[in-house]
Parts: sequence; C-alpha cells; structure tokens
Amino acid sequence: MSGSRQYPDEPSGPFPAPPTTIEDREDRPIEIRAVGSFDEGALEDVVEMYLAFDPADRAQGIPPTGESRIRNWLETIGEDSVNVVASHDGDAIGHAMLVPDTDDPSAIEDNADIEWELAIFVLQAYQQAGIGTVLLENLLGHAAEIGIERVWLTVERWNNPAIALYERVGFESTGTESFEQEMAILLETEG
Amino acid sequence: MNVLLGLGGSDESVKTLQRTIERTTDVGDDLTVVIVDKPESKRSQDEMYQQAREALDEAGLEDRPVEKLEGDPGSALVDYAEQGEYDQLVIGGGTLSPMGKIQLGPITEFVLLNAPTTVKLVR
Repeated sequence: MSGSRQYPDEPSGPFPAPPTTIEDREDRPIEIRAVGSFDEGALEDVVEMYLAFDPADRAQGIPPTGESRIRNWLETIGEDSVNVVASHDGDAIGHAMLVPDTDDPSAIEDNADIEWELAIFVLQAYQQAGIGTVLLENLLGHAAEIGIERVWLTVERWNNPAIALYERVGFESTGTESFEQEMAILLETEG
Repeated sequence: MNVLLGLGGSDESVKTLQRTIERTTDVGDDLTVVIVDKPESKRSQDEMYQQAREALDEAGLEDRPVEKLEGDPGSALVDYAEQGEYDQLVIGGGTLSPMGKIQLGPITEFVLLNAPTTVKLVR
C-alpha cells in the first residue's frame, strides 16, 4: 500500500501547533496539547472520552464500544501513533491521531518516509463549536514539526460536513472511492 | 441452500474460503466456488484456483465445483450469480486500515448493490 496514493501537488501549511488554548463558539476554554505516545494519564483521559462517545457517530467500526475494546484499540495503535487531545475543564473532549501505515513501525527512520492515517473524534456536546477544525489544524501542525509529510484518511462519502472540513485544510480526494472516500494531504515541512 | 462463493486472491479470500468450507461441511449446503481475475492480488488466479480445489478436496467436498471467471471481478461475479439458481452469494467483506477502520472496496460495493441474491460478507 505504501507510496501508492495520489497526493496533492502543492503542500499545505503552515498550521498552528500545540499547545494552545482557544475559546470555542460557546465561549468554553478548550486546551489543545500533543500527548506523544500515550502515557498513563493521557490514555485514561481518552478512554473516558470514548466511553462517553455516542455510538451513532462511529465511523467504519471505530471507536469500538465497551471499555475493554476501547482500551485494546488505543493500546494497539497507541505506541507508534501521534496524538493531539482537546480538553475542557480537565476532561478530554476531542482526540485526533495519526497512525503509521507500515507493518514495522520500529523500522521508521524518517517520518517522511511513510504515509500516516488520520482520524479525529469530538464528543457530541462539543461538536459544531469549531473545535474539530482547530484540533485538526493542530494535529497537522504538530505532524509537520516532527517531519511527517504525507497524511491520508477515509471518510464515509455521505459525510459531507467532514469532507468539507478536510477540504478546508487542504485534503484532496485521491480518486479511490467506494463507500469510503479516500483523501490525502501533503504537508509543508522544514526539512 | 445453494451457495455461490466468489474469491479474489487476498488473505481475506483464504479466510472466507475456510469459513465457507466449515459452514458447508456443517450444514451440507450446495456450493460453487468461482475465482475472479484480480491481477493486483497477492495470489494469482491459478494459484487461488489450486488452493480452493485442494481445500475443498481435503474437506471431503470433491463434488463442489471451482471455476475461474474472466473480466471485471464485480461484474463477472454478479453475471454468474444471475445465471444460476443461487440463494446466497458469499464474498470477503472488508479489510482493516492501520487505524482499525473497516474498509469495503469497490468490488464489494458493486456486488452488494447489483447482486440478485442475498450477499454474505465474511469478516
């Protein structure tokens, strides 16, 4: 799979990078930070968030439901993933992540060598408040800082609000589509 | 029940074959296996044909036929299903992305939307 996708000709960026605190459209202070790989506390925060996640907003089987499956999913992708968390009053309410698209993450020498799959989830009570856009931009800003260039995702093709959000930051359709629309972005990096 | 099993040459195809053989052995379904032509697959059409034939023979299902289909995989499979009296069409249903997202490819979508029969997706 690696290297097979169509990326935009022009890179996108620069994007803001965490940490940052914003006020959402409902005047709530939202803190955005990168958590690297999950340390104990960050993992627990995000597990709590996914326990509160409305299953109606699941996409293509994730997040899974039930604590053990949520934990198992996050631990499986956790070690080598790049994570940015949005919090309100100390509780995680949004999570965006990049997972390396490789069979052997330990062999990654340069983050630019491989493609990264993106996903983002925001708790229902915090949707439509501008948090998703900021969280997404900060994940991409953090990714560019650590040398990631190629990011892709799939989105259910009837999910127009999500597709519009991805297009706004610079994602383009790769042309591969069935039930899911595949999109990709090329990030502007220093090196 | 009269079952038509459509296979490409992926690992998912091998898993779908195994699961369908188990089910056929358990309930005594009629079964026809067809191998579609997907050049980008891990196994060639001939390799997959051999593997399916051997797996059926080993399971004591020597009388269940295996055939190769030419042409566009989704369309060839649906055409074949339309020409027989099948109750169910079985295909592999979805791979997992690195993130763990279930992805259904364009062939799966075509078959789901166009098949004249019930379609079973094997995970």
